[in-house]
Amino acid sequence: MGNFLLRRLLLLIPVLWGVATLVFLLLHFIPGDPIDLMLGDSALGADRETLRDQLGLNDPLIIQYIRYFGDLLQGDWGTSLFSKKPVFEEIMERVPATMELMFGAMVVTIGVAMPLGLIAAVNKGSWIDQGSMIFSLLGVSIPNFWLGPMLILVFSIYLDLLPVNERGGLEHLILPSLTLGTSLASILARITRSSVVETLQAEYIRTARSKGISELRILFRHALRNALIPIVTVIGLQVGVLLSGAIITEAIFDWPGLGNLLISAINSRNYPLVQGCVLFIAGSYVMVNLVIDLLYAYLDPRIRLS
Amino acid sequence: MSRPLGRIRLYFLILLSFFIIPALLAPWIAPYDIDKMDLIRQLETPSFDHWMGLDENGSDIFSRLLAGARISLYVGFWVIGISTVIGVSLGLLSGYFGGWIDIVLMRIVDVLLAFPGLLLAIALVAVLGPDINNVILALSALGWVAYARLVRGQVLSVREEEYVLAARTSGMPSWRVMFLHLLPNILPPVIVQTTFSLAGTIISESSLSFLGLGAPPGIPSWGAMLSEGRYVLWEAPHVSVFPGLAILFVVLIFNLLGDALRDYFDPKS
Repeated sequence: MGNFLLRRLLLLIPVLWGVATLVFLLLHFIPGDPIDLMLGDSALGADRETLRDQLGLNDPLIIQYIRYFGDLLQGDWGTSLFSKKPVFEEIMERVPATMELMFGAMVVTIGVAMPLGLIAAVNKGSWIDQGSMIFSLLGVSIPNFWLGPMLILVFSIYLDLLPVNERGGLEHLILPSLTLGTSLASILARITRSSVVETLQAEYIRTARSKGISELRILFRHALRNALIPIVTVIGLQVGVLLSGAIITEAIFDWPGLGNLLISAINSRNYPLVQGCVLFIAGSYVMVNLVIDLLYAYLDPRIRLS
Repeated sequence: MSRPLGRIRLYFLILLSFFIIPALLAPWIAPYDIDKMDLIRQLETPSFDHWMGLDENGSDIFSRLLAGARISLYVGFWVIGISTVIGVSLGLLSGYFGGWIDIVLMRIVDVLLAFPGLLLAIALVAVLGPDINNVILALSALGWVAYARLVRGQVLSVREEEYVLAARTSGMPSWRVMFLHLLPNILPPVIVQTTFSLAGTIISESSLSFLGLGAPPGIPSWGAMLSEGRYVLWEAPHVSVFPGLAILFVVLIFNLLGDALRDYFDPKS
């Protein structure tokens, strides 16, 4: 396991370096002057020079690149243009809200997909199976930036059951979590169904049946446990979908998370903050993938020995 | 409806009749001018004259929806075209030659895949500015990766087949082996990928426009229409309902077509 961990950590270095380089280049390969982008064409010459100095844009590109990496490694992610707060601090203030939303979406995903997939698998070929798979196909095709407003329309405006916008208690989390989790729940329901169907055909299930074990016990103790491996794999792979979907969901519900911070930074042309947000989201995604890889290696010895 | 070929024909016909042809003919078949505003009749509900009602500027939603289909088709066509050409070529090179080409390419792929979903496209459009052509550029910058990985994997699995070895030992130039022998044999999964990618591209373009990063103001992209609609959700839900249904319908049919194509090419699945 130690060797596997070391190998994975070493592979991480070029990826993180590449991500950070790409984020650095974002601002430097844009057409025209980045200062124009941030302040607009009509800004005063003195303001332009101050910002240019502040961002170090007068130095040669290679010096800027070295300084950028040096600062990053020391935890200095730059300064937000308007609040004048360190970018990293501003990002960290928003992380709990995004985590809360992702956690809510994950609960929706697992809470909907597992029972749906399981019921569909047990009733394979029946109308229940067909119905759940139609739901699944619709769920994959429905854009979350439409689902969100439609949920608001039904549950907040027509039925007046749930609050809309802003973070608060559990009731504030329900609609954003449904919006973010539906697409992933649909994918997972399909995977759960096919995985359980496949497992139910295995010989050890036939053996368990011939021993007279009850169907419920076979389903939960034997089939579901073995069907879990591909299900967990898909959950791991889809963390990126949740992270990216959170940007849109936060915009719909005015949720004060990282995605909202990124979009408002883009709209106010606060590029140091844009760079910081992009770097943070991509970096977190890489780290989550590492944790998932390590988890698999721990659960399945074949992976760490390959 | 179990025969894949029958399903493929049906879904293709639906797409042709309700998406591709209306999109291409939009300027001629739209009942109203999309730029015509009627502020007195803004947010009017659907009627015989205006099947889907009027938006916050008093423009006809159905006509704008047709124009939006044209934008989705335009972006989808270019993104898939650019991504396929770049991704398939690089995947072929990487899988066929291996060595340092493969190592460098796969590291680039690793870095691009570290940006989840739309993040890189959002970042690129943020610096390039909201414009349909910038959306095409941003989505293509990431779109080729799926093709490159897919084609590379397929090439690795057929590279040692006898017909490839025969072509190589007969002295055929590498590019001919790649494009005349390898490519036709790995085409089916590429076609399936293209169908799913089209669905994904339509959602991505709409997402960027919804966030205000895609189509510039005034251009009737489906995502932008939805974004405008959410501010009048209470008084005029029809402004949001129809563009959303249009996206759902087109994406659903592309996904169904992708499923049918996969069943056709790989009956085992």
